[in-house]
Amino acid sequence: MSLARDNYVLDLAKARQGHALNRMLGSLTDPANRARFSAGEAGYCDGYGLPDEARRAVTERDYPALLEQGASVFYAFKLTMTDGQKMSHLSAPFTGLSPEEFEAMMRAGGRRAGSGRRG
Amino acid sequence: MAEIIWGLATSHVPPIGLAMDHGLTGSPYWKPLFDGYAPARKWMAENPPDAAIVVYNDHANAVGLDMVPAFAMGVADRYEIADEGYGPRPVPPVTGAPELSEHLVTSLIDDGFDLATLSRLDVDHGLTVPLSVYCPDPGDAWPCPVVPLLVNVIQYPQPTAARCFALGRALGRAIRSYPDNSKIAVFGTGGMSHQLAGARAGLINPEFDRMFLSAIEHSPEKLASLSREELIEAAGTEGIELIMWLVMRGALSDNLTRIHETYHVPASNTAAGLALFEDLGAA
Repeated sequence: MSLARDNYVLDLAKARQGHALNRMLGSLTDPANRARFSAGEAGYCDGYGLPDEARRAVTERDYPALLEQGASVFYAFKLTMTDGQKMSHLSAPFTGLSPEEFEAMMRAGGRRAGSGRRG
Repeated sequence: MAEIIWGLATSHVPPIGLAMDHGLTGSPYWKPLFDGYAPARKWMAENPPDAAIVVYNDHANAVGLDMVPAFAMGVADRYEIADEGYGPRPVPPVTGAPELSEHLVTSLIDDGFDLATLSRLDVDHGLTVPLSVYCPDPGDAWPCPVVPLLVNVIQYPQPTAARCFALGRALGRAIRSYPDNSKIAVFGTGGMSHQLAGARAGLINPEFDRMFLSAIEHSPEKLASLSREELIEAAGTEGIELIMWLVMRGALSDNLTRIHETYHVPASNTAAGLALFEDLGAA
């Protein structure tokens, strides 16, 4: 799993880098596309012309790498939903916590401002 | 002329909708949040608008990254419920108010706000969760037609908080120049503090949120002076959604009274806030 930055902001350079990736992830709002994706992830990614690193990040569910490759967090979440998972499965890998530990942190009031790792 | 009768600021976290859709609102996790909504819901049910303007953002569902309008207004007579990745929410489609949309778009463009128009728009949780906060049991139809007003908050540079507040002021003028006697509600949605990714994921800033909940009533100019960077630092990368509360607040007059407020942590990864204001009109 790739090391996370504190914040990911989708600026225009990142949006340009992640354009094909975000188009692929956005296509997963269509149930027929979700079925095609699940039947063969690598081939589905090739259909959108994904760079190798972006395709790796998709197939390995490496969320920090996905955002590093220019995925918007809301597009990356399409993958999480396709897997039938919750937001904690996307968020936790950035923090070194398991999804269950992340949810426990939220129930305890969340991460207080300023307590992020610098990256 | 039309009048604005109330404004609602509310978070639009997807699991708030899921909790209602799956009958979980009485669970230990969700009951405190929904108990907090109860007084606002009772008051809104007693003061139903003829139409609602819902200020929200799309979340990678209807508006892709091929074209990103800073501000856009729905102009259709009907909006379907988006499939966001696990099927559409089991709520009614949204009836539009195309004549009101046309008036608002024309008035706002004449006033210097060049909105994009959306003739086809599947509405996602950003719009439907606030409608469910207003009306938990819509049955076959929502209680009023809706005009969606979309703000880009997911791609930098987002409109500034100051521009959102100014848009709200123009929206208020546009509503109050609509030549009928309808009663209008304005929803400002999103927030409060939350961050979904990055090493700061899970960020919650109750001090900032409480300040925002308080200042939105009588010091909106103070909030409108916050930069994008200040909002992201204090409220998280997704907490910048709070700029949409300023569109709602700008539309209201300054002669307003706070009906109810509630704040709860967590709703999934997010601090959920609600503030309801009655607009008493020109003092």
